[in-house]
Amino acid sequence: MQLSRPGRLLLLAIVALSSFFMFAPFLYMVSIALTRYAYSLPFPPRLWPAEPTLENFVQAWTSNNFGIYTLNSLYIAALVVSGVVLVSSMTAYAFARFEFPGKELLFRLLLFSLMVPGMVALIPTFLVMRDLSLLDSRTGLALLMIATGVAGNTFMLRQFFETLPRELEEAVRVDGGGPWTIYRHVVLPLSQPALATAAIFTFLGAWDDYFWARTLITTEVKRTLPVAIRLFQSMHATNYSLVFAASLIAMVPSILFFLFGQKYFIQGLSTTGLKG
Amino acid sequence: MSTPLAPITLSAEARRYRRQRQLEPIPFLVPGLVLFAIFVLWPLAQGLRVSFYEWSIMPGAEQHFVGWANFRRAFQDPVAWISVKNALLYVIVTVPGQMFFGMLIALGLNQAILARTFWRAVYYLPVLTSWVVVSFIFKYLFNGGGAPINYILKDLLHVLPEYLDWTQDYWTAEVAIISLGIWKGIGWNMVMFLAGLQGIPRELYEAASIDGASRTQSLWRVTLPLMRPVILYVLVLLTIGGFGVFISVVLMTGGGPMNQTQVILSYIYDNGFKYFDFGYGFALATLLSLVILVFNLLQMKIFGRKADY
Repeated sequence: MQLSRPGRLLLLAIVALSSFFMFAPFLYMVSIALTRYAYSLPFPPRLWPAEPTLENFVQAWTSNNFGIYTLNSLYIAALVVSGVVLVSSMTAYAFARFEFPGKELLFRLLLFSLMVPGMVALIPTFLVMRDLSLLDSRTGLALLMIATGVAGNTFMLRQFFETLPRELEEAVRVDGGGPWTIYRHVVLPLSQPALATAAIFTFLGAWDDYFWARTLITTEVKRTLPVAIRLFQSMHATNYSLVFAASLIAMVPSILFFLFGQKYFIQGLSTTGLKG
Repeated sequence: MSTPLAPITLSAEARRYRRQRQLEPIPFLVPGLVLFAIFVLWPLAQGLRVSFYEWSIMPGAEQHFVGWANFRRAFQDPVAWISVKNALLYVIVTVPGQMFFGMLIALGLNQAILARTFWRAVYYLPVLTSWVVVSFIFKYLFNGGGAPINYILKDLLHVLPEYLDWTQDYWTAEVAIISLGIWKGIGWNMVMFLAGLQGIPRELYEAASIDGASRTQSLWRVTLPLMRPVILYVLVLLTIGGFGVFISVVLMTGGGPMNQTQVILSYIYDNGFKYFDFGYGFALATLLSLVILVFNLLQMKIFGRKADY
């Protein structure tokens, strides 16, 4: 249902004005990050500094192992995204295309676990990680995040896989191909929007994770960015400029990842069982 | 294929083939289910069990079975009640708030306006930013040396008689935490609702307008009813997420002043990792899971058929 031209112009004005509320906090952050040594913030607050400087960004990036923390976060996020997409798509394929005993019960168990925030199991999960000697390990942290991502993504991908036409799979069977051929050459290529959606949400979750990284990682050089920024903030409590510059640097990969995948994003969402 | 065969008449080869087909899903299921069992299901079950213990993390320490004592304690613990109250307040305000604004913006951005992708990205920016970072921004917006909110409200708009110390006072701290919750969630809601809107066939609107329906009627009679599954899905996920509010509270107020802004997860975290009172932390976690479960079941009952979810 499309609006008339004046209606659209009015709408554009409203959208642009209200977007200011979304954007203003970032603008403020950028402005502070560009201000030299803001141990006390300028008052009244300014949306753009009088003498903008990039020195806070340079200092944030070069001090405090920031590069290493970024690499840690990237390593973990890469493992988690590929792990979640691979494992959940396999599980979802099994649920979408095969019959096996206890299938619906298992699926309900997955759904039920989604209703319990992962954080309520924080302490027992900590103990499991300890017993498996996965504490203070980046790969261990990634493994945990893969496991906690399986339920939600299996749920989403199963819905999508069930909409795929079965004829192609039958053709593969007739040609003597097995389930791996179908999974690899039919299901995955046809599911790119859904897989991209899963990848984006998973990346954002992994990149944003503070809770698990804070609880499980103790060695300084193994820290991830959110934890590092938090500690950075306690260290430089009054140097807002430095903290905000560091935070802005940490935002770049999520924005890039989103821009990269956004072509598929809404398309993927609207075909994963969410359509009206 | 078309003639039904009794199993007894199958040849050995056909039986082998059937057997093989039954085993086919196993390799696909194993990795996901094993991970799920070890890292999700087992800890949940373990948490439930240990809720009944006075429990120490020290290896070899004796664990005492205490029955319902941890749960009784939770019901008598004023801070536990405060944390439940705050989490409820957070859910009740931020969930409808995010959904309302998210829906408005989705409806707007579903129109062919200039630079639509750009606006979507702007509204999505807070979702892309980590909770740690946005919590800092909001903390400084409300409480930094220059506290822009104070400046705007007192010096520009003159609605405040004096500068407030927002995070030092219960209600003002809640205002800060809740406005962050709504602000950060709008973009996610927008994307979900946009996806839902795009799934509605155009013909339905054409049919509605031929039948003489106004825009408002189309919205209420076509759009919103067809969006019900999405709305329910979003509602359930946001409720779960809302009860899981944690980082913003810890970073903006630390649960203070005097535990007044504690939420359930921050209190569970404190019990586990500050006071090392794990049994009690587990019991609180179990209670929280029950609250969420009841909430979700109610929502599904009220807003939708179970099959939608």
